[in-house]
Amino acid sequence: MKKLNRVLSILLVMSLVFIAACSNNAGKNEPGTDTNQGNDGAKSNETIYFLNFKPEIAEAYKKIAKDYEAETGVKVKVETAASGTYETTLKSEIAKSEAPTIFQINGPVGYAAWKDYTLDLKDTKLYSYLSDQSLAVTEGEGVYGIPYVVEGYGIIYNNAIMEKYFALGTKATAVSSMEEVNNFDTLKSVVEDMQANADALGIKGVFSSTSLGAGEQWRWQTHLANIPLFYEFNDMQGFDNATSAGLSANEIKFTYGNNFKNIFDLYINNSTVKPTLLGSKTVADSMAEFALGQSAMVQNGNWAWNQINEVSGNTVKSEDIKFLPIYTGVTGEEKQGLAVGTENYFAINSKVSESKQQASIAFLEWLFTSETGKAAVTNDLGFIAPFNTFEDNEKPADPLAKEILAWMEKDTTSVAWTFAAFPSEDFKNDFGDALLQYAQGNETWDKVSSVVVDSWKSEKAK
Amino acid sequence: MQKMIQKYFALFALPTLIAFTLAFVVPFIMGIYLSFTQFTTVNDATWVGLDNYIKAFADKDFLNALWFTARFTIVSVVSINVFAFLIALLLTKKVLGTNVFRTIFFMPNLIGGIVLGYIWQLIFNGILYKFDVTLTNDPAFGFWGLVILMNWQLIGYMMIIYIAGIQNVPKEQLEAAKIDGATNGVILRKIILPLVMPSITICLFLSISNSFKLFDQNLALTAGAPSKQTAMLALDIFNTFYGKAGFEGVGQAKAVMFFLMVGIIVIVQLAITRRKEIEN
Repeated sequence: MKKLNRVLSILLVMSLVFIAACSNNAGKNEPGTDTNQGNDGAKSNETIYFLNFKPEIAEAYKKIAKDYEAETGVKVKVETAASGTYETTLKSEIAKSEAPTIFQINGPVGYAAWKDYTLDLKDTKLYSYLSDQSLAVTEGEGVYGIPYVVEGYGIIYNNAIMEKYFALGTKATAVSSMEEVNNFDTLKSVVEDMQANADALGIKGVFSSTSLGAGEQWRWQTHLANIPLFYEFNDMQGFDNATSAGLSANEIKFTYGNNFKNIFDLYINNSTVKPTLLGSKTVADSMAEFALGQSAMVQNGNWAWNQINEVSGNTVKSEDIKFLPIYTGVTGEEKQGLAVGTENYFAINSKVSESKQQASIAFLEWLFTSETGKAAVTNDLGFIAPFNTFEDNEKPADPLAKEILAWMEKDTTSVAWTFAAFPSEDFKNDFGDALLQYAQGNETWDKVSSVVVDSWKSEKAK
Repeated sequence: MQKMIQKYFALFALPTLIAFTLAFVVPFIMGIYLSFTQFTTVNDATWVGLDNYIKAFADKDFLNALWFTARFTIVSVVSINVFAFLIALLLTKKVLGTNVFRTIFFMPNLIGGIVLGYIWQLIFNGILYKFDVTLTNDPAFGFWGLVILMNWQLIGYMMIIYIAGIQNVPKEQLEAAKIDGATNGVILRKIILPLVMPSITICLFLSISNSFKLFDQNLALTAGAPSKQTAMLALDIFNTFYGKAGFEGVGQAKAVMFFLMVGIIVIVQLAITRRKEIEN
């Protein structure tokens, strides 16, 4: 009996010690923070927690974190949210005691949601390095989000297949080079003729599959939707730019809805798969189709370069990859360029300790000013960084990024990324769901238009 | 010994109690509190009263999910239990390889829901491709897809419970009935069914609660497509919580109502079937 008692009391003590040890661990970092307060930000042994938004470059960030630690001794923890789950991940991570110190917001709408957590970055060097300070997310005097990458999207095409088509004997159009394709009508006639000659060209379809699976719709309900809405916002009077017009619009008319229908019909009817099968297609599927030469065109942005490059057995040569603006049949679109903008803004968590904030800012400044950092940004991340610390020869070399830079030089007007003004994720998803129903033939186009108009109105009212 | 256990009851119960409090009681109470507030993260919330509950009921998606879940639960509970019982009857007869079959039927239950969902998605889409459609084409596809998936997963588990129940039926009673000239149908209705009532209670409880709170299979198979028409309650709550900024409280309110609904339904079911149980 006595022996048992002793065993029990030992067990009890052990379990208490265990519990105490567990709870101690969590709190331990806080006192540590205070002792570091006096130290120089860069030299402190603070851990920076960077919550990454882009899964496709997760590995590159891990390498950067290692380099930074080797150079300065500051540990950077990089976590990456899985595709389409950034908001979810951020929501749970930021409530933890070890919260992300650097996170990303997707523009004014994202800022509205994370207002309470974003630090004013007005006085940082990082902000002063911006080549165009109007790109930052601001409110009043404060600067809360710093863009770190300029991206562009359009229709990516495989020039080798196009050349093959232009040399084709059975060709029905008079178009003989991509230079001539500068409006929707030309594009449509070329695409439809190519589809008719698909076998001769060795492709399954002109366009890669229009991915409409759950979570795979962003190329249509965000990027493609941006084109008609950009023109609609542009028509509104009395605003600085299209995005601010969109932000103040409580209702939209979807005036250019038929332009959206034009290009969307072209995508789904001249594709590698039947429109009724699109509900199971993913972005990765469509990029693989393009990389394997099964399709000649795909709508995506310069971030897709890795996805094309890394598909095993890809047949597309990098010098054959070119960009074409998304023409939808708007008058005067011959002057339209690619859609160039950003939806990625760094924000610093205002609720972590002062020293952590400083360490985080120091890390970002290092990333965009030091030789190592800049090289990583250009070569590993492939970013066109909007900072004046980058020389001309420090711009990314991948073919899509090069194309973006080339289009920006051309005598065309870039389409701004006005989808930053879209009211909510739900609006986009409603739009995407309606597109799927339309592609499957379950809904009419009128229904899609009314979903877009109604959803905008109701989401704005919330 | 008995006395010893009584004396140290607290000591033995403590670790479990602590774990239960930390992992269940505290989050549960916090959850109820949060359903009356507006919040972005769980540590800062402002009180808004019943606002979230009103918003939840005004949400068409929620009502649609409720209706879809109710239909799904009825169909799958009936089919799961009928099939499980029939298979259990078959496998308690002296058939060759009973044990092998029992194992095989039980196995689907060992696979995680999300994996099951994706595998079945491939199977269904593979079949539907032949007809140039996919699961997202029609909410009915998603509905029956979920029913089939759920049957496949749960029938084996319920079967095991039914087998245990059927094996407990005394041989003497069955023999006596046979000698009295009762047909198989009568034996089933008058002897076996009443005696396996405890198994039925458990199986109904498990299949109702599992069907009602189905989440990962739903997410993996259809994710609510097309247009949220195949989203079940748990998925709708998840979508509300994470899909819309400022709607976390509404999601929480839905979750509280969800808990109450599942709770009430299974308590009613337990009360009804318990009453039908008889002493063996």
